[in-house]
Amino acid sequence: MIEQAIDTAERPGGLARAVQGVLGAAVARVEGPLKVTGTAIYAYERAPEGVAHAAIVGTPVGAGRITRVDAAAARALPGVLTVIDDDPRLPAGGANSRAMPSQGTDRVFHYGQPVAVVVAETQAIAREAAALVHVEAEAAPGRYDTADLPIERQPKSAFLAPVDTGDLDAALREAEVVFDRTYTTPAHFPAALEPHASTIWWEGDVLTVRSSNQIVGAARNTIATALGMAADKVRVLAPYVGGGFGGKTGVGPEVILAAIAAERLRRPVKVALPRRDTAYLVHHRSPTTQRVRIGCDRDGYIAAIAHESVAQQNDDAGFVEPVPFGTIPLYAGAARRMTTDLVRVNLPPTGAVRAPGEAIGTFATECAMDELADELGLDPIDLRRRNEPAYDPTTSRPFSTRRLLDCYDEGARRFGWPARVPDPGTTLDGEWLVGIGMATALRGNFTVSAEAEVRLDAGGAATVSCDMTDIGTGTYTILAQTVGEILGLAPATVTVRLGDTDLPPTAGSGGSFGAGSATSAAALACEDVLAELARRMNAAPEELVLRDGQVSAGSRTVPLADLVRDAPIVARGRSTPGQQAKRTSQASHGAHFAEVAVNAVTGEVRVRRMVGVFDVGRVLNRATATNQLVGGMIWGISYALGEAAVVDPRSGRFVNPDFGEYHVAVNADVPNIECHFVEEIDDAANQTGAKAVGELGISGAGAAVINAIHNATGVRVRDVPATLDTLLAALPPV
Amino acid sequence: MKTFDYARPGSVAEAVQAGGRFIAGGTNLLDLMKLQVETPERLVDISRLDLDQIEEREDGGLTVGALVPNSDLAADPRVIEKYEVLSRALLAGASGQLRNKATTGGNLLQRTRCYYFYDTAAGCNKREPGSGCEAIGGFNRIHAILGTSDQCIATHPGDMPVAMRALDAVIVTQRGDGDKRRIPIADFYRLPGDTPHIENVLEPGELITHVELPAPPEGKQTYRKVRDRASYAFALVSVAAVIAVEDGRIASAALAFGGLAHMPWRNPAVEAALVGQAPGTAAFEAAADALLDGAKGFGTNDFKLPLARRVLIATLRDLTQ
Repeated sequence: MIEQAIDTAERPGGLARAVQGVLGAAVARVEGPLKVTGTAIYAYERAPEGVAHAAIVGTPVGAGRITRVDAAAARALPGVLTVIDDDPRLPAGGANSRAMPSQGTDRVFHYGQPVAVVVAETQAIAREAAALVHVEAEAAPGRYDTADLPIERQPKSAFLAPVDTGDLDAALREAEVVFDRTYTTPAHFPAALEPHASTIWWEGDVLTVRSSNQIVGAARNTIATALGMAADKVRVLAPYVGGGFGGKTGVGPEVILAAIAAERLRRPVKVALPRRDTAYLVHHRSPTTQRVRIGCDRDGYIAAIAHESVAQQNDDAGFVEPVPFGTIPLYAGAARRMTTDLVRVNLPPTGAVRAPGEAIGTFATECAMDELADELGLDPIDLRRRNEPAYDPTTSRPFSTRRLLDCYDEGARRFGWPARVPDPGTTLDGEWLVGIGMATALRGNFTVSAEAEVRLDAGGAATVSCDMTDIGTGTYTILAQTVGEILGLAPATVTVRLGDTDLPPTAGSGGSFGAGSATSAAALACEDVLAELARRMNAAPEELVLRDGQVSAGSRTVPLADLVRDAPIVARGRSTPGQQAKRTSQASHGAHFAEVAVNAVTGEVRVRRMVGVFDVGRVLNRATATNQLVGGMIWGISYALGEAAVVDPRSGRFVNPDFGEYHVAVNADVPNIECHFVEEIDDAANQTGAKAVGELGISGAGAAVINAIHNATGVRVRDVPATLDTLLAALPPV
Repeated sequence: MKTFDYARPGSVAEAVQAGGRFIAGGTNLLDLMKLQVETPERLVDISRLDLDQIEEREDGGLTVGALVPNSDLAADPRVIEKYEVLSRALLAGASGQLRNKATTGGNLLQRTRCYYFYDTAAGCNKREPGSGCEAIGGFNRIHAILGTSDQCIATHPGDMPVAMRALDAVIVTQRGDGDKRRIPIADFYRLPGDTPHIENVLEPGELITHVELPAPPEGKQTYRKVRDRASYAFALVSVAAVIAVEDGRIASAALAFGGLAHMPWRNPAVEAALVGQAPGTAAFEAAADALLDGAKGFGTNDFKLPLARRVLIATLRDLTQ
């Protein structure tokens, strides 16, 4: 195995010399035909013989204590196999590798907390029976309304260490211009189209869980811990996942409950959450309150910047939304304060949902920059240029690569930004007020460990394997491209195996680190393969040229298949974080531009077009990277205009936990969206030089829409979503 | 979902005697059954009955079979040409996939989208009489501002019925005893009052077989729907309008509203404020005043009052310009 920490910014030789020309190309998804023909097997499909169906019973109150579970009526229903409410391993919520929920507790942390699992011969019977289980509880007053709750300063479990450099208060006192505004964002559901589902079976003492999950290795450990098993007795499969959006990074309580049920019944068990249950059994993104303060001179040069946030969490979970994550390395200013505070509530857990921190943090900072530019009479891009730092303004580390200014230039040119009319509310198109806006995108680049196996079989067929997942993102394809590029093969001929804990471990899909880390591991494995091929060619690896299934060294050319006919080659590569992550400040960057039309009669907002230009290091696949970035931009439209998970403060229940009333953008809301790249391979990021992509697209996207609404109407929306009622009062008379 | 019996009668006569809840497209009922908001013991599947024709009548009107899908009705050339308000309303509803399944009769009976009606843990007099109304004092952004009661502030969510209300459609039914009824749409729906669970005048077992559209009205027609996103969202406010202007005066006006009440809303006073008047701000404001006479917001839906006013005025201006 070739193991390499990312200490030097050096590209693996095989990748540096590769000539196949497929990496980066817009190669169509290699698993696409399986998906469009319905033959890709998702978590809930193709149950083993004798499968039973589970449904989860939740608490009827949001706070207090469970006193009794009466399942007599449920048990009496024909087809019901069992109702389990007494297992000490019964989890109070979802879990991930960092935090386990309480187990076997009678304490109620939130409404809908799992209390029991019903198992029946069919899904319909299980769900009908679940509704018959009577849960008695001693209700206590719930903290559902955050208005007057005490604020927990910088909780220990916070992901972000607070930033407090320089003397912020003094710098604000001395600044010529002080900007101080508060922004709010509501709760967001992950809203993956595929519901959280698992098919679970035991074979002897080995538990297999096929699950809609983003990170199978962590899931295996979590399941083992929750059930009190050894991790090597648990196998987790997630070959295909219908969207994650953060909601499938951990292990849902339904997985543990169904595993307990399968153990007791000695039968395979399937479970899928009904859409409304996902609101209670899956985490959501916390609502936030964000105060942004900026002190600058009259020319806009920032001396002080503060981004202070308050998010929510319940008493049984530790995650704290890292709101100012994207602000930390973004703009200059010697005095800096970034904080993540918390209020404790009796609501379902909050957790990582598409770009935790940046997605909603950039809404506040990027709207603040737009407002500040307006107050200073500066073009919003000019203000940003003036505050483009030469190095990370918080850590003082050099940037590994940062092409943000190029993103502004390229985006402004392609979008036609110079034609902007700065006076808001002055561009009319029939009944519509038209405006444009822009915002910066930034997503930190994480380096994580990943391992992959590359195998060349007799006949020359290549297989790359790891436990990374493809949650609709393109992992299958980029791994085929990476291996194809280095070994001189067409990607379609490379077999990719993913989503199985029996395969080499990776960090899975989360935090936008999957593509860079998994392809780096594969590239390192290929180094080993190349060394062996060189030995068989009696040449040095540097002499090899691999193209279209042929291996050349000097004047000799041999079919790859001939070199492995008698002895297959199996190699492993492992990429681990190294010195570069400590020496450099790493992030992906971008610039969003949006044109919106606001109906002058009704306040309805329709986005007319968007342009995004992104710096993501190496683009591994132009089509799948575009797909992810455009998807993120659509989520930006979505949270700017529609998404809000509303809690009824009287009950602690969600008001709109379904796709009918939780408004994500639909096709008709999505205009023409362009995505372009400013590509610079970042060799400090990882071996393939690919930085974060997945979560970059949403970062700043909503702010660009909101800033365009201001340009169209003169209304500053500081509380998203910008539904029509928030604009109505400011519209001209009819 | 609760276990249920299923019957598939071969004729209307059999259907009305089958005794159960009718199902055709199922685009609303199946969702509600999965949530156990509706728990019928017996489903009577009428989807294969011969009620899917659109026929011209001698009086110039159309008779629409109850099983004509929303997509087909919207795309019918006679509807597009002569009942533009209806075609537009149909296309403003739901999504393409849903419109392919949803039927004319079923869409008239679409149930409210009140959040608390859908949440079986919530008090809802419509779902469970006597259990209270959590929408009052709760989150009621999509709720009614006209014709409400202290028992229920839900809206009828439909678009098609609003256009049919403006067109004075007649709902043709057959009862268990074989009797046929012709119910003007004005008499079909009920306000919530003390019985919000009773939404229309249909008797148990009574089946909608057809909808009659009277001869096409004079004047210009439109349907304007205001909603939270460009598709697949229910009306916050919608207006179905048919206006004729002659010699500089409004000769006739038919105005029905969605998103404002427990039924497609039509108030003769709104039209009276317009007929005989010259089109212009004064008449439009008077019509809006008449519409909102007695209107009442419940907090998060307060915005519907100014919104309804603005949409009505803009619609009238568009149609009379």
